[in-house]
Amino acid sequence: MHKIILIIKREYLTRVRKKSFLVMTILGPLLMAAIVIVPIFMATRGNEMKTVEVIDQTGIFFEKFKDTDNIKFHYLVSDIASAKSGFRKTGDYALLFIPKTEVSIPTNAILYADGSVSINIQSYIRNVMTKQVEDMKLEAKLKDLQTDKKNPLNVEDILRSVKTTIDVNTIKITDEGKEEKSYTEINMVLGLFAGIMIYFFIFMFGSQVMRGVIEEKSNRIIEVIISSVKPFQLMMGKIVGVGMVGLTQFLLWVVLTFAIVTVVTSTFTGKVAGRQTAEQSIVQNAAKYNPDNLPLPDAVSGKKVQDEGVNKVFEALNSVNFPVMIGAFVFFFIFGYLMYGSLFAAIGGAVDSESDTQQFMLPITVPLILSMVMSQFFIQDPTGQVAFWFSVFPLTSPVAMMIRIPFGVPYWQVALSMSLLILTFLGTTWMAAKIYRTGILMYGKKVNYKELWKWLRY
Amino acid sequence: MELFSALNISKQFSGHRALDKVNISIPEGSIFGLLGPNGAGKTTFIRIINQIIAPDEGQLFFNGRELNPNDIYSIGYLPEERGLYKKMTVGEQSMYLAQLKGLNKHEARKRLLFWFEKFEMRSWWNKKVEELSKGMQQKVQFLITIIHEPKLLIFDEPFSGFDPINASMLRDEIIAQRENGATVIFSTHNMASVEELCDHIALINNAKVVLDGPVRSIKRNYRTNTFTIAYNSYEGSLETILPSEYQITAESVDHDLRMASIRIPEGAGPNQLISALLPNVSLHSFSELIPSMNDIFIRVVTEKNSEPVLQV
Repeated sequence: MHKIILIIKREYLTRVRKKSFLVMTILGPLLMAAIVIVPIFMATRGNEMKTVEVIDQTGIFFEKFKDTDNIKFHYLVSDIASAKSGFRKTGDYALLFIPKTEVSIPTNAILYADGSVSINIQSYIRNVMTKQVEDMKLEAKLKDLQTDKKNPLNVEDILRSVKTTIDVNTIKITDEGKEEKSYTEINMVLGLFAGIMIYFFIFMFGSQVMRGVIEEKSNRIIEVIISSVKPFQLMMGKIVGVGMVGLTQFLLWVVLTFAIVTVVTSTFTGKVAGRQTAEQSIVQNAAKYNPDNLPLPDAVSGKKVQDEGVNKVFEALNSVNFPVMIGAFVFFFIFGYLMYGSLFAAIGGAVDSESDTQQFMLPITVPLILSMVMSQFFIQDPTGQVAFWFSVFPLTSPVAMMIRIPFGVPYWQVALSMSLLILTFLGTTWMAAKIYRTGILMYGKKVNYKELWKWLRY
Repeated sequence: MELFSALNISKQFSGHRALDKVNISIPEGSIFGLLGPNGAGKTTFIRIINQIIAPDEGQLFFNGRELNPNDIYSIGYLPEERGLYKKMTVGEQSMYLAQLKGLNKHEARKRLLFWFEKFEMRSWWNKKVEELSKGMQQKVQFLITIIHEPKLLIFDEPFSGFDPINASMLRDEIIAQRENGATVIFSTHNMASVEELCDHIALINNAKVVLDGPVRSIKRNYRTNTFTIAYNSYEGSLETILPSEYQITAESVDHDLRMASIRIPEGAGPNQLISALLPNVSLHSFSELIPSMNDIFIRVVTEKNSEPVLQV
């Protein structure tokens, strides 16, 4: 056990210290961030005029939505049902509906649209509404204070009571006039993202395992090492060590991508909506009423409103069963890698150089690539026969199941898929260990499948 | 006292039999030569000692009891096909391999620094292996083999790739290891180094041990009762001087001296040869022709099928 840790440590450290690791760690998030940011950027640049129809049953927001360079607000005076049926004919971009609430203060609004509504417009609407409601609350609060002179002014209390969150829900109106709260896109993105991550991880780090084995063979250190440790320990140490390099890289990517996206999008949306954060305006207003010129807490001026783009995503994410999603991702990520990693290690052990790997790589890469190619079928029909069999067959299940999971998969299918994967992992590891053990001591021999079959039976 | 012994070891690979009922005993404190032509099964035998592969049949004993997995810590192995991680630094790599041999971090560092100092390799510590010459790499490999002070050292063709200076340094170090109580197994084709270093040998041919024992007694056994002389002849040739059953196997002339190898029949001794020679020639030197290991090797291997196993 002690020795397998030594091996893992070596495999891990030598790879993490490489320049290529650093380069990948930086390039990856830039690429991923670009995928997220570019559409937002494009959306903010689009100068096509969009008309948003507004039905305000509360009457609070009349004339409060100011037209901007690319958004025009058109106030309707009709009931929501007829507005919705009329909406499709007008060809307008979206229909904003602010329903009357029991209590006087509105907290939510609904955006009806053909497709998805740009994050920009949503955040603009939310900003205007939030500011309006907060101003109202503040005014009321300050009036109270003026009549009740005994209570000293406490800025933090006021801020807390004034703080408002407005929900803007997007509802898609389909051609048939049906409404659906459509989260399919998010499901698809989530599933595909998880699937692609696993696919990518297996390929990239699986072949690193293979190259590592070939390296040890070709620089002839292998015999020195296996006179100190069992070949199985060396193989597992390498697979686990490389896997941990992959996890490290993956975690760094997630953290860095998140950081980049947050920074960039907040500067974008902040600039475009030209918003003043609610706190800042409150602080300014409050200062007017602050008789003793009390120093304001620093924290107030530095606060930022939660990012709207993230809000929308979170909202949609509520429809996904997250514990299952994350649990499944971790499971398929790890076991998919371990299963394929052992196969890659076996190939590395069987050949002398990377150019000899072709014939053995084929049966491994075909299922993986196929599960990616077939992904559109899984998305179109997540509960269909094709999706079912691909997500149960162990060589394709890590990718296929992850694509299906956000759409909701019966637990028995997940359990079946997982147990088959574990069984296959045990089988491939046993097989790989046999091939590896024999192969690493063979030099200069062209190995074919018949030969491998013989090794399995030693 | 034997440090290691193999009893009836057989190993079958899919195509052929690599070892066939091999019996080898390695006396403690000896330098043991494991000889044989290419493909005879030497490497398979060495891998079995190192527990890299397991024999199909037979028993192995180490230090008086059956060989067990922990014995790898008492064995140092320098394989014929040897190498290092090219991209790793020498120091880091040595630390890694020393720890794999069971040394703790502190002990490994202490011993490595001692040996690096001794071999004047201190400046290599932070260099990558690929920056070293082949001879330098071999030195590092040798050092890693002995760093855990094993009872049994196994060298497979240790001198290949060394220049004469480093080779003699290595030879001294192998002898020093033996002085310190280590037993050395030495697999090589280089018969000169066998002659020089080994006190026991086993010759494997076609998966079988065909010759085995102390070098001195093997040589004695392969004597052919042949003597070489250097002489000045008064008159006539040796044929006329010597009895007819004495066979002259070689003759040559070196300036004013003549040389000859004479094989005398079984039962006759050197004194009889001398007394036959003395009246007729002036004898300058007289010595028994001891077969070299090289001759014995070739003789045994080429006569492989006809000869039964010769136990000395």
